[in-house]
Amino acid sequence: MAGIVGYGAFVPRNRITSEEIARQWGKDPESIRRGLLLEEKSVPGIDEDTITISVAAGRAALERAGVNPQRVGALYIGSESHPYAVKPSGTVVAEALGIGPEVHIADLEFACKAGTEAMFVAFGLVESGRVEYAMGIGADTSQGAPNDALEFSASAGGAAFLFGGTNLLTEVLETYSYTSDTPDFWRREGEFYPRHSGRFTGEPAYFKHVTAATRGILERSGLRPQDFRYVVFHMPNGKFPLSVGKQLGFTKEQLEVGWVVPTMGNTYSGSSPTGLAAILDVAAPGDLVLITSFGSGAGSDSFVLRATELLPERRSRAPTVRSMLEGRRRYLTYGEYAKYREKILVND
Amino acid sequence: MREVAIVAAGMTRFGELWQSSLRDLFVEAASEALRNAGTDRLDAIYVGNMSGGQFVGQEHLGPLMADHLGMAGVASTRVESACASGGVALRTAVLEVASGMSDLVLAAGVEKMNDGVDVTNVLATAADQETEVYHGITFPGLYAMIARAHMKAYGTTEEDLAAVSVKNHRHGALNPKAQFQTEVTPEQVMQSSMVAEPLRLLHCSPVSDGAAAVLVCSLERAREFTDKPVKIRGSGLATASMALADRPDPAFLDAVSLAASRAYKAAGIGPADVQVAEVHDCFTIAELCAIEALCLTERGAAGEATRAGETALGGRVPINTSGGLKSKGHPVGATGVAQAIEIVEQLRGEAGDRQVEGASLGLCQNMGGSGASSVVHILERV
Repeated sequence: MAGIVGYGAFVPRNRITSEEIARQWGKDPESIRRGLLLEEKSVPGIDEDTITISVAAGRAALERAGVNPQRVGALYIGSESHPYAVKPSGTVVAEALGIGPEVHIADLEFACKAGTEAMFVAFGLVESGRVEYAMGIGADTSQGAPNDALEFSASAGGAAFLFGGTNLLTEVLETYSYTSDTPDFWRREGEFYPRHSGRFTGEPAYFKHVTAATRGILERSGLRPQDFRYVVFHMPNGKFPLSVGKQLGFTKEQLEVGWVVPTMGNTYSGSSPTGLAAILDVAAPGDLVLITSFGSGAGSDSFVLRATELLPERRSRAPTVRSMLEGRRRYLTYGEYAKYREKILVND
Repeated sequence: MREVAIVAAGMTRFGELWQSSLRDLFVEAASEALRNAGTDRLDAIYVGNMSGGQFVGQEHLGPLMADHLGMAGVASTRVESACASGGVALRTAVLEVASGMSDLVLAAGVEKMNDGVDVTNVLATAADQETEVYHGITFPGLYAMIARAHMKAYGTTEEDLAAVSVKNHRHGALNPKAQFQTEVTPEQVMQSSMVAEPLRLLHCSPVSDGAAAVLVCSLERAREFTDKPVKIRGSGLATASMALADRPDPAFLDAVSLAASRAYKAAGIGPADVQVAEVHDCFTIAELCAIEALCLTERGAAGEATRAGETALGGRVPINTSGGLKSKGHPVGATGVAQAIEIVEQLRGEAGDRQVEGASLGLCQNMGGSGASSVVHILERV
């Protein structure tokens, strides 16, 4: 059986609070806290991007797996913010991790579900026996236009998952994908910031696909919501994952461990994968875990995982998600944030 | 002029109807009206629509809608008067039947607002571009200034405004076609996000998709199509200065007053005879100003009357039993026709939990812009 043999996450140290952003635009910070359940979000440093986040997360995954990087036969990175439009992120990441050159690499894009897409492909190749180990990464330095609602959530971070056939940390019991042509959120070539059509990105997009994928995998696996110890849904804001969880019959207790969005923000392709990493940081052997991502455009991938006896001892080999969210942080003013995110025009 | 009646109605649910296009909405409402009348023949179609061109890039709605209703060939055209387009489409149909030119005319209103455009900016094209919009103001700002003027002139309070929202949501909760079938508390209204002081989110009507259609027929032939025709006793259309700043009193809606006096005169009745009314509450302040201009309350007394429950179901003269624009939704071009449908249902005794007992005479008031145009109809059970 194939499963996860190593995992790792990375969240940059910089933060900006919802209050600081709201103050800048004359918005009411309480309504953001109350309405979107967002306290603060991570911000990439001036030298951090999807590649550096992927390297940090991938390194932690290899540490936890204890696998020689040369045995990794495939590497996929899902992101909305690959630093290059042409030229892959994956080659830089592989080289930095000591993977390759005998390796298959691709950069993937499917809005916020590109991370689980990378995991899906990596898992499939290992399960089929085509490669011994494969890594799937979801990482982003998410874009949100100034003074758009997205500015309160779009953040930076990601997670990497190494799939293999032996010494599993979690088994993968089932997968399920649900996709339709639903253009709720997009960014065209050459545009800086994504556009979205207001609440169309809610009911007909996020809620429809997340519920369909989750119900699909429950039916296929014969499991019920109460069978799971932990569940994580894509987290575009604090509210959506809690609402969809409730609709599907999950409790706050099942959701809260992976619900990292109030202090991390939405790391787009890294969102639900980082939530999954936070769950693997605490899950006990035998625990069933459900993850359902969402990517605009639109689609959802679901996985049912079961933690093994090996998970507890391996997780101490790398930092936990909570240690990065709650550890050393540097709070930015809006001015510093604007500089870091290159929103200020300067001469060359 | 001949006497005219509404003989049938059809209406979509109002709301964010992602699965329905502009033409889908029209066809759903229009074919329901035709089905209810048991006819597949029409003399003419008037399509009330504010801005298909800007909302979904579609103009030339007359032939489009006739075609998709399976009636290509029938005389059909679009009528526009901003948010009063539906009411003016109804009036145009009434005039055509009254003149003897036609016997059976469809008056419909339709708007598809949830299709990705910046709705506030599209709506603002119904204000004065040169003297208002150019300077950056949109409708929430204009109605906020009307509210400020009303507060200054009459001591109207935020609590008075909130009472309109609470009442209309209470009514809307009883309407299966309403966008928001939920009640709100005064506290929720007073704590909702500020949009344009003193107007908060829950003082504003929502962005909606929807369509409504009625069949207008000569009264002498009405019973061929229904046992319960509702007669159009009077119709009044009026205009006022386009720009709010040019009006003598920004707290008073001159066009509504003028349209109402024309409709009352045509009907041979007075405000005291009105038993139920639908008014254009695009913002809560608009309802207060509208019922004052309609003389349903004393000038300056609308806030107090609302808080006292005079305008609620069971009160002296129930206003917006449908939930109004606030709770039922406001697909702008459809609103005027939907208001008439609520009054038709009330007069036929078919309004269910929202029924005003024994109602035999009702009024509907539809308005464009910040009140630069208004159309009033008075309907009676026969």
